[in-house]
Parts: sequence; structure tokens; C-alpha cells
Amino acid sequence: MEQPILQVEHLTKFFPAGGKAEVHAVDDVSFTLRRGRTLGLVGESGCGKSSCARTVIRIYEPSAGKILLDGQDIAHMSQRQLQPIRRKMQMIFQDPYASLNARMTVRDIIAEPLKAHHICQSRKDMDDKIFAMLERVGLTAEHAGRYAHEFSGGQRQRVGIARALVLNPELVICDEPISALDVSIQAQIVNLLRDYQQAEGTSYLFIAHDLSMVRYVSDDVGVMYLGQLVETCEAKEIYDHPLHPYTQGLLSCIPVADPKLARAQENAGIEGDLPSPVNPKPGCRFCSRCPYAKPICAEQTPAMKEAAPGHFVACHLY
Amino acid sequence: MSEPILRVEDLKTSFMTSAGEVQAVRGVSFTVHKGEILGIVGESGSGKSVTSMSVLRLLADTARIKSGKVEFEGTDLTKVSDRQMREIRGQKIAMVFQDPMSSLNPLIPVGKQVAEMIRVHHPDIKPDELKEKTLQLFKDVRIPEAEKRLKAYPHEFSGGMRQRVMIAMALANHPDLLIADEPTTALDVTIQHQILKQMRALQQEYGTSIIFITHDLGVVAELCDRVVVMYGGLVMEQANIYDLFENPLHPYTMGLLASVPGLNKDKNERLQSIPGSPPDMTRPPKGCPFASRCAYARSICAQECPPFVEVGSRSARCWLLQPDAPAEGNPLHEKLAKAKGGAG
Repeated sequence: MEQPILQVEHLTKFFPAGGKAEVHAVDDVSFTLRRGRTLGLVGESGCGKSSCARTVIRIYEPSAGKILLDGQDIAHMSQRQLQPIRRKMQMIFQDPYASLNARMTVRDIIAEPLKAHHICQSRKDMDDKIFAMLERVGLTAEHAGRYAHEFSGGQRQRVGIARALVLNPELVICDEPISALDVSIQAQIVNLLRDYQQAEGTSYLFIAHDLSMVRYVSDDVGVMYLGQLVETCEAKEIYDHPLHPYTQGLLSCIPVADPKLARAQENAGIEGDLPSPVNPKPGCRFCSRCPYAKPICAEQTPAMKEAAPGHFVACHLY
Repeated sequence: MSEPILRVEDLKTSFMTSAGEVQAVRGVSFTVHKGEILGIVGESGSGKSVTSMSVLRLLADTARIKSGKVEFEGTDLTKVSDRQMREIRGQKIAMVFQDPMSSLNPLIPVGKQVAEMIRVHHPDIKPDELKEKTLQLFKDVRIPEAEKRLKAYPHEFSGGMRQRVMIAMALANHPDLLIADEPTTALDVTIQHQILKQMRALQQEYGTSIIFITHDLGVVAELCDRVVVMYGGLVMEQANIYDLFENPLHPYTMGLLASVPGLNKDKNERLQSIPGSPPDMTRPPKGCPFASRCAYARSICAQECPPFVEVGSRSARCWLLQPDAPAEGNPLHEKLAKAKGGAG
């Protein structure tokens, strides 16, 4: 089998929360991202999906675990060692309003990664690269001299995407790239990312809370709950046959854009709120809200098992 | 259909800014009937929030209602005094805002904030009765351990719980009309699901009419009875929920519905997007605001804004729906015929 672009093994990231308390933001998470594919990570706010992404790209240093990028473990590399590797992995941020420097022109914003990695020999070479990139993301060379505030949200996100893609990275981490955008603009951005992937074979780790969009963009999906991965399999499979009670509940909460269908089904949803991630209790994290909880669920953390070919779930029911 | 409770007619609201006049709402008309949930759908900048703020006259100082009527139970709200308006707000018409994180006072216990809402409109209420009523409201919106939670501060509550407090506050005086401006947008889907279920139940219990403002068509499909689709400060289409989703008549509505992936769309299928971006409201287009992004636009669309075409209880504005529009090569012709058939 071809070596996957990214293998994350038992990744753990705890944040100190005063005294002995620790926020278990990412707790023993393992997954694999195949080359040229998209892995969607979904979950509610506070489930650790963004912390996971930021740890993978080494904005944070993991507390434990391995991050194998192209087979090379980058989990504990120094910033100096990471410098050449960063060219292979880039990130697209959620908020197109906060992630672009207001005092830089679009040209300077996109030039920055090129400068940091000493890629261009001359200014002309750099401009050529920038203009070509702008065109690929649906902007024009004319936009290069403008500032971020002159653009709409969708256009800003295109600039953010151009900055990430100009290095032609092998792995792009998309941290909710469309959730701040309007519905009609979301589709534009998703199509743009897809077209680029099909042309260049880039791999995406796609973080989102919008499950219908994730199903649409991803090949594989991982569902996170309170710092842990609870289920992972092919995108279609997770929507057709969700196994974990949390995944089932989450899917039933998605509003269906069909009034007849929406009214025909009475969904239970999930009761209650997300528990605190500070020093969580042993056992399954979901058991306090789970309709099928058994005594064992509160005592023992369920291990990931392969319930069906390629379909992994961490639940005592299976 | 039951009688109307709110009738908005040709409402125009502008903001006077240093960059010029921003014409946020440019002539909006719609009606809310008793006991109905009306959805107002639109993207950011479509004027949906300004419309609702104009109804309650909760606009910034730079804003001006330039013309139009807001008729609520027979009185025009644009004409009443500020004092009368205060009587109406919270008592007859209440509002739930988008951001539950910043809509509550962080220094006052939530129970007190809800109680204040009752006391303002009933100054003579006895303390025991006030507490009892507040507690009942907390129970109505399903806040667990309601008695204990009355004394809690907003920071001790999650986003979903805070939004429940906001809803309790809005319902405190049993308003006839509730305006909810994207009440679930800041919340997770599981919490959104709980809140929507709650709103439906409360609407059925109290018979409150609701205006539900959102950009999420899925939420509209689940909750609303009728929908108004807004774009560029204008109403583009209005219809009952089943007609709108089954047979949208306006190209913008069609585009909006097509850009939602849904759960049955395949990955290989390309998502339909609407090219371009919404118009700049300091210089609103002369013609149809959607013309520059519309796949079917013709020369007239940029010149003049089309009038509404009414089919039964629904209406839409597009030149392709006009009686004199050519039938041949007209993508809306068949849809219009179908709508007419359904209405006839």
C-alpha cells in the first residue's frame, strides 16, 4: 500500500488549566489521511477538532503521540527542523476577517510564504507566481495591489487560500474554511478547493461542524467528541450506517432542507450539554448523554474496534 | 388562513454613513398571520435583520425609516411615540437575538434578568409571585434544576442554556409576536435541534406568532410555515414552505436551494454555486438586485426592477415570470405553469 501522507498515532494534547487541572483537548487520537484524499474531522465546538488540527501542523507541541508526515515523525521537532517541512503543509483559517493582515496588500500577503521559503529568484518570478495563483483562486492580477478590507468575505477567503496554496503544499489543513461565509459563497469555495485537489493531488484535512458539507467534500470522516475520536470510516458509510450513538444523534440533528421529510421524522436529537473537558471522568465520555449507556460505559473507556470492514468505532455496544 | 397580526408595507430603512446612504431595506412588504411561524431568509446584507429591527424600532441613531407602514394590531408602529413603543416592546412583541453570549448582563444573575422583564411591565407584582413566574418560565424552556439555576450568572451557562434564558425572557409577558433573529446560528447543531424543538412546542402552547430570521434553509424547512426570501434589501419571493421547496419560482431561491449539499448529494456531483457576490448597498443596482449574478438575466433585468407576480397565495418578482415574457426558452415557464396548476 502507498504510504499515506499523514498518519497520526495516539496524539495527545493537554493544556494546563491551573493547579493539577488539565484540559484534555486531544486525547489519544489516531487517524490516517490517504494521499490526494480528504479526511473530514467533525464534532461540536469544544470537541478538540481545531486543537487536533493545530497540533498536527505543529502550532502546538503535542503532549504525546506521533505525527508522521510522509513517514517522518514531526511531533517533537524543533522550530528550526520544522522550517523546511512547513513548506509541505499549509493551513487555511476559519475567519477570513481575522486571518489577513489589514496593513498588507494582497500581493504581500501571498508573497510572504514565498519569501519565507526563499522560493523565488527574482521579483518578476515572484509576481508571476502570485498572479498565476490569484487567477487560480478566481481573482485577478488587478486585485494584487488592494488591501483585505476592500474585499468581501468570500474574496478574502480566496486570498487566504491563495496564500496557503502558493507553496504547492502536499497537505492542507482547512480549519472550518467555509463556516463564516454565506451559503451561496460556501459552494464557490468548496468547488475551488475540489478543483485544485483534482488537478494537483493535494491532501486535505478538513475540519468542520457542518456535517452535510463534510459528507460532500470528504472521502473519509472522523467524528470527535470531547477530545476523542469516536468513529471513523468512509464518508458515505458514516451517513448511511452510523454506529456510535453520538454520531447517530449528531446526524439526526442536521436540519433537512425538505419540509415534508423534516416533518415526517420526529428526531430525538441529543439531550444535555457537552461535559467539561477538564480532567474528564474515566469511561466513555459520551455516557452521560447516551441513551444506550450500560454500567460498563461509566467504568471503562471503550477501545477503537473495527465493527465492519474499514469502519472503526469506540463504543461498548459493538 | 387566520387573520394578520403584523403587516409591513413598503418599508424603507437607510443608514446615513460617511460613505453615503446605505439603503439596507428598499421597500419590503409582508404579513404575519396569527399563530404562524414566518421565516425570513437571506444572506448577510440582504436586509433581513434591519427589517426586523425596524419593526421594533431598535435601530442605531444613524438609521432612518424613510417610508412605509408597520401595522401591528391596527396601529402603525412607525408613528407611535417612544413611550408607547416601550410598552409594546417586550410586552406585545419580543425579540430573541443572535448572540446569546453578549445579550445578557454578565453582572446580574440570570433569574433576576428574566424577572426584571416581568416587573418592568407589571410594576405592582408581589415578590413571591414574581419568583414563581420566573421559575415557571425557566421550567417552560427546560432549564434543568431551574430553582438552583435562577441565581447563576451568565458565565456559568453554556451557549445553549443562555439562549434558553433569552427565550424565557422574551416569553415572560406572553407576547403576541416573537421575533427571533438567527437565534441558533451561534450554536452547535445538537443544541440548535433542542432550541428549535422548544420554540415549536412553545408556539403550539401559547399560540405566539413568530418571525424567524435565518440564512439556513434547513432550519426554515424544519420550523416555518411560510417563507419570505430577501435579497439586496428587497423581497424576491414569498410562498408557503412546501411550495417554496418543491417549486421555487425565483432564480435566486433556486440557486440558494441548489447550493445546499444535503445528505443525499454525491461527492462526484459538483456543487452548484451562485457566481459573484451580493450588491453594494451604498449604490444599489437600478434593476433587479440579483441580475448581475443571475444565469437567466436579460437586458431589461439591469434596467428595471420587476413587479411581483402573484400565483394563489404566493408571489415572486422576476421578469421571466411576467405574463408577456416569452414561453420559449424560458426556464421559469414550466415552473410557473406548475405553480398555477397547484394554485388553481
